[in-house]
Amino acid sequence: MFGQSILSLVIWVPILAGVAVLATGSDRNAALARWVALAGALLGLIVAVPLFTGFDTSTSAMQFVEKASWIPAFNIHYHLGVDGISMPLILLNSFITVLVVIAGWKVIQDKVAQYMAAFLIMSGLINGVFASLDGILFYVFFEGMLIPLYLIVGVWGGPNRVYAAFKFFLYTLLGSLLMLVSMIYLYFQSGGSFDIQTWHATTLGMTAQTLMFFAFLLAFGVKVPMWPVHTWLPDAHVEAPTGGSVVLAAITLKVGAYGFLRFILPILPDASHEFAWFVIMLSLIAVAYIGLVALAQSDMKKLIAYSSIAHMGFVTLGIFMFSPLGVEGGLVQMISHGFVSAALFLCIGVMYDRLHSRQIKDYGGLVNKMPLFAAFFMLFAMANAGLPATSGFVGEFMVIMAATQVNFWFAFVAATTLIFGAAYTLWMYKRVVFGSITNPKVEDMRDVDPREILLLGALAICVLAMGLYPKPFTDVMHVSVVDLLAHVAQSKLP
Amino acid sequence: MSTLSMNLAQFAPALPEIFVLVMVSLILIIDAAVDDSKRYLSYVLSLLTLAGAAFLTARDLSSMPVLTLGGLFIDDPLSDVLKLFLYLTVAVVLVYSRDYLRERGLYKGEFFVLALFALLGMMVMVSASHFLTLYLGLELLSLSLYAMVALQRDSSVATEAAMKYFVLGALASGMLLYGMSMVYGVTGSLALGDMAIALQDGTDMRIPLVFGVVFIVAGLAFKLGAVPFHMWVPDVYHGAPTAVTLFIGSAPKIAAFAFVVRILGQGLESQVIEWRDMLVILAVLSMAVGNIAAIAQTNLKRMLAYSTISHMGFMLLGILAGSQNGYGSAMFYVLVYALMSLGSFGMILLLSRAGFEADKLDDFKGLNQRSPWLAFLMLLLMFSMAGVPPTVGFYAKLAVLQAVVEIGYVWLAIAAVLFSLVGAFYYLRIVKLMYFDTPHDTTPITNSPDARIIMSANGLAILALGIVPQPLMAVCMHAIDASF
Repeated sequence: MFGQSILSLVIWVPILAGVAVLATGSDRNAALARWVALAGALLGLIVAVPLFTGFDTSTSAMQFVEKASWIPAFNIHYHLGVDGISMPLILLNSFITVLVVIAGWKVIQDKVAQYMAAFLIMSGLINGVFASLDGILFYVFFEGMLIPLYLIVGVWGGPNRVYAAFKFFLYTLLGSLLMLVSMIYLYFQSGGSFDIQTWHATTLGMTAQTLMFFAFLLAFGVKVPMWPVHTWLPDAHVEAPTGGSVVLAAITLKVGAYGFLRFILPILPDASHEFAWFVIMLSLIAVAYIGLVALAQSDMKKLIAYSSIAHMGFVTLGIFMFSPLGVEGGLVQMISHGFVSAALFLCIGVMYDRLHSRQIKDYGGLVNKMPLFAAFFMLFAMANAGLPATSGFVGEFMVIMAATQVNFWFAFVAATTLIFGAAYTLWMYKRVVFGSITNPKVEDMRDVDPREILLLGALAICVLAMGLYPKPFTDVMHVSVVDLLAHVAQSKLP
Repeated sequence: MSTLSMNLAQFAPALPEIFVLVMVSLILIIDAAVDDSKRYLSYVLSLLTLAGAAFLTARDLSSMPVLTLGGLFIDDPLSDVLKLFLYLTVAVVLVYSRDYLRERGLYKGEFFVLALFALLGMMVMVSASHFLTLYLGLELLSLSLYAMVALQRDSSVATEAAMKYFVLGALASGMLLYGMSMVYGVTGSLALGDMAIALQDGTDMRIPLVFGVVFIVAGLAFKLGAVPFHMWVPDVYHGAPTAVTLFIGSAPKIAAFAFVVRILGQGLESQVIEWRDMLVILAVLSMAVGNIAAIAQTNLKRMLAYSTISHMGFMLLGILAGSQNGYGSAMFYVLVYALMSLGSFGMILLLSRAGFEADKLDDFKGLNQRSPWLAFLMLLLMFSMAGVPPTVGFYAKLAVLQAVVEIGYVWLAIAAVLFSLVGAFYYLRIVKLMYFDTPHDTTPITNSPDARIIMSANGLAILALGIVPQPLMAVCMHAIDASF
């Protein structure tokens, strides 16, 4: 019955569920709000499943396309569609949303309805970002998701939340506004169209390409985030509630990398090739330098935040290798990082709920009191370090292989992450979990309850499945990636 | 007999204006005769006047321009649309202000009569096709506003604001008149249509013409509150009773848009090269000063005053494009701005109560805990002002930005978005106060249900138009296309 509008459902079901949650009103109905939110999130995941089961992996064309006139005055359409690049991200987002709702079940006691609604509405908007084929529609979702995220960080965040919320919002807005001007410029260059696929075929001079390249780079680079515009991320992560951190790391960072693939590479192929060295350099700095920065952190959330930046450096590095191996490696890394970072932030959340501290020094000897938790935490820490048989290994390995084909030194610097990543993750793990109990409060910590086992178990399955058998993931994206790269190889200079 | 009916037919397009004039006079008389307990009569009659005028305007929508009264008055789709929005705006102002006025002893006939006279002035401005009617309308509006600002006789701030407004407004009017006289000297006509024809093939009196244009633009900039002619705006917005600030901040902007488009777009269209650069400077300065100065304000009325300045800068972007696309975009911008301005000043009125003005930023602290619904509406208004989708403010910015990019002024679009980034900061700060902070004032918020309903409609319109912006955009584009 809804076969023609799966993507609309994927976008609007969570948003409408969010409105329904808001309608439950004040905190007296908190339980109701939670259940409505869970139902909405599950429904959102269920309606996204046909995207996977009905996906045709043999074509690079957009699938599940919907197109309707939206603002004829400027030739703007409600135009949706997914290919092998965006479809996995929608699934990831819908899945993570369910986890986030469950994760906030007990922790959030204040303004429950607003909290749950913000996440659901944001989930719908993010699905919209990945599904949009119209520039303005994309921009509306891309910007719109800032509003709930701003509230999540600012209302339910830590002590320095106001600073973090402002920094995050204004940073990302700066980039997107320049992107908006670029889009308007493209509108006139393409003869009055906001259609992204039309833009892919629009010829552009080198000066225009260069200027737009940097505008888009700023917009998406801030979101990724790339060094040196990454500084908002650690602040936002540290101050955000657990659910906020999970969504930030697992989903919103992917929006930036997705923008590279949907906008920068196909619309500006010549500038992309010309300035690939620049992006590669920034990516390598992120991988190596930020890896070292992570090593020096004493706050666990900050450590994982910096580790996210380093991992996303891998994604951008892979994308700018311009080879199927590199781009697919980047995409696998994106999905994998979605699982792993979500899991690690949830682990930190589990500990924080019990001890109310994120400082590494406050812990130690956790394995004595929380053996089950320690096992889960171990798995995710290993995945973060890129241990083979976990999803973290697959993407990193593919990107390093792709980099070797281009330049040995790129691969060399990138491979340092295997050392730094292992160093900062495992060192943190050792200090938190092993050793003797020094903080008396740790004595009172309970092991994970069934709700937390459900959360961590679901993610553990994903991490292992993707690490042992990544083929379904790469199959889905392969044709789209090859087509994209064929497109990027062609010059668009007039 | 036939000449008489001919003459009467001439007046037909001006029927709404005539109706409003008659009704204002009636209200003036009735109000003098009733005592305070029946003061609601003036209020109800004023709303009925607006409804009647809306009916008269809507009954006779023109599909093409009709010039009448010897070329003084024009009835075209542009004027019809703008008038309908003027009625709506003024009606919303009256509903929002009622409780506020009553609590402050300002609930008198004067307010309604002056507001309706101001409306009449705006209607004349919107429908003027001649320098004389333009000026007449402008002065009727301005004089009514001066008096409205001073309505609270005992308030020294209000009196000072009125004085300032009057002196600077008179100066601006003088400049405008001076410019008009120069243009008249060059073209030999005061009618906009004749003027456009006379200037079409160029003129050998370039210097006086350019001088005239400069004075006219300066006069217009004064009325719009564009930098560097903006000094009066913060003081008047701050000093006037909030109900009057609400009025000044909404409807007159629509009339001012019409005024500028009539003079520059219709009369001096061929001189676009002369006035475009001036508008560029005005726009950039307005966006810069408006947005940066707003950050330093602690009073919400002052902050919104500076925000108005920056919004007028944005609207000028559309006008300076000098194309129908640009005028249509500017029109969309100004209508959207009027809607946002109504909501945000209206919110101050709704949160105020007897003896307490909710016009400081701190008064919005923790509004989410006191009234989640009002906080949500204000959130929509603030994000719309900042131009963040999915609110309608985004499309307004999109429209004017594409208009300047179309004429090749990409750098101007970049400057505009950078200043709007600065602007986002202080709008976000309001959201922060409402949502992140705890209230220091926990008095329950009480409003009359009608004001609350209108406020809900106002805020939700911001969101609804953001999801479906096409109808309003189409109306604007059509009105401009059919009137030029």
